[in-house]
Amino acid sequence: MYKLDWSILLQQEPGGTGTYLNYLVVGLGWTLVTALAAWVMALIIGAVVGTLRTTTMPWVVRLGNGYVEIFRNIPLIVQMFLWFFVFPELLPTELGDAIKQMPPPWSSYIPAVLCLGFFTSVRVAEQVRAGINSLPRGQRFAGTAMGLTQAQTYRYVLLPQAFRIILPPLTSEFMNVIKNSSVALTIGLLELTGRARAMQEFSFHVFEAFAAATVIYLLTNLVVVLFMRWVESRVRVPGLIAAGGVQAGH
Amino acid sequence: MGGYDWDVIERSLPYLFREGMTFSVTLTLLAMTGGIIFGTLLAMMRLASFKPISMIAGAYVNLMRSIPLVLVIFWFFFLVPYIGAWILREPNPIKVGAFYSALVTFTMFEAAYYCEIMRAGIQSVARGQVWSGYALGLNYGQTMGYIVLPQAFRNMIPVLLTQTIVLFQDTSLVYVISATDFLGAASKIANRDYRLVEMYTFAAAVYFVICFSLSFLVKRLQAKVAVIR
Repeated sequence: MYKLDWSILLQQEPGGTGTYLNYLVVGLGWTLVTALAAWVMALIIGAVVGTLRTTTMPWVVRLGNGYVEIFRNIPLIVQMFLWFFVFPELLPTELGDAIKQMPPPWSSYIPAVLCLGFFTSVRVAEQVRAGINSLPRGQRFAGTAMGLTQAQTYRYVLLPQAFRIILPPLTSEFMNVIKNSSVALTIGLLELTGRARAMQEFSFHVFEAFAAATVIYLLTNLVVVLFMRWVESRVRVPGLIAAGGVQAGH
Repeated sequence: MGGYDWDVIERSLPYLFREGMTFSVTLTLLAMTGGIIFGTLLAMMRLASFKPISMIAGAYVNLMRSIPLVLVIFWFFFLVPYIGAWILREPNPIKVGAFYSALVTFTMFEAAYYCEIMRAGIQSVARGQVWSGYALGLNYGQTMGYIVLPQAFRNMIPVLLTQTIVLFQDTSLVYVISATDFLGAASKIANRDYRLVEMYTFAAAVYFVICFSLSFLVKRLQAKVAVIR
């Protein structure tokens, strides 16, 4: 039967970079830098697309809806393969080759960030749209009545409120990016899950490797939840029921 | 740009659909059934007034929702042979194919998500329904089975189906244990014939058409089954 040996975590990994535990923690670092870069991208695109979908221009709304449908109806791993294998082929030859010939972590890192960024952006866009639509109509009218342009109404009246309302679901989405970044192991990015699997292949200590990765993911979640709870309490909209009461859906 | 060979798709259609898509669809339907049953049980446990039971269910659901599906797939791929040996009282880990390993994984994993949906569904049923059940002399099981769950289920059908579309998309992750689902089949042809661009583009298009049509149907259904209050 299987023999547990937790001291494996303190033994040297064959790549010579230190202990297995260190190897996994560096993996967490890759998970986080991938997730954070994708998250910044998703927030920017998602805010723009989500906002455009609440405007009164029919073709802009339709374009936004189409964008959301494309990224929502293709599995993440398939999108990962599209960015990694197909995207460089569609670019001009020199640029495509340049991407394919990047040194190891980057040749997987860049497609992974692009993939997760676009994939998450449609989920952010849905939240932003829902947030704006949840505001009373009077807010928009008041903006117009004050003589603000549509852009100014969004900038000074609607978006600041919407973003604070959707903070809890955005927290869930951020945790989803962290989890989803594990799919990047299929294109060779050695993030936390990828390294746990590699550790299992080198050392044959499957249970310890996956248990360590699981604990690291749980701790990461805990830190994110506590941090976001603090942010939520700092920026909550005074006078709304949601202030402090609603928990994120995770 | 030239040098694409789109005929590779037509040549491999039987393999892609008869082997690959059958695997994906069977896995989705079985995992959905198992996931909803186990998820409903978890939801009832989470809502139980006896704290230890609701805490166990809550811990299970939160654990599943906190770690990546890919890691869960690896966990079960490693654990299922041991669990099987333990159940069958075999001395050594039993051999389990990728399909059954994936089935256990997706049932256990999706149950956590179905649980949250069913919990919201049960909570959406008016409290008076439960009281009237007890007033009629029904016990907990009868009240749940005849009164609360049918209503909860009906209210949640669109959400449960949407979650099933997500499950269908997620089954493509069995790629990581080299199972031959639709993506796995496409990937095997892609690597054998070196036609990655053609095969992955085709796979994306097929997934898109299926998921887009299904979510369109769910939207239509949602309008139809909505309970008039």
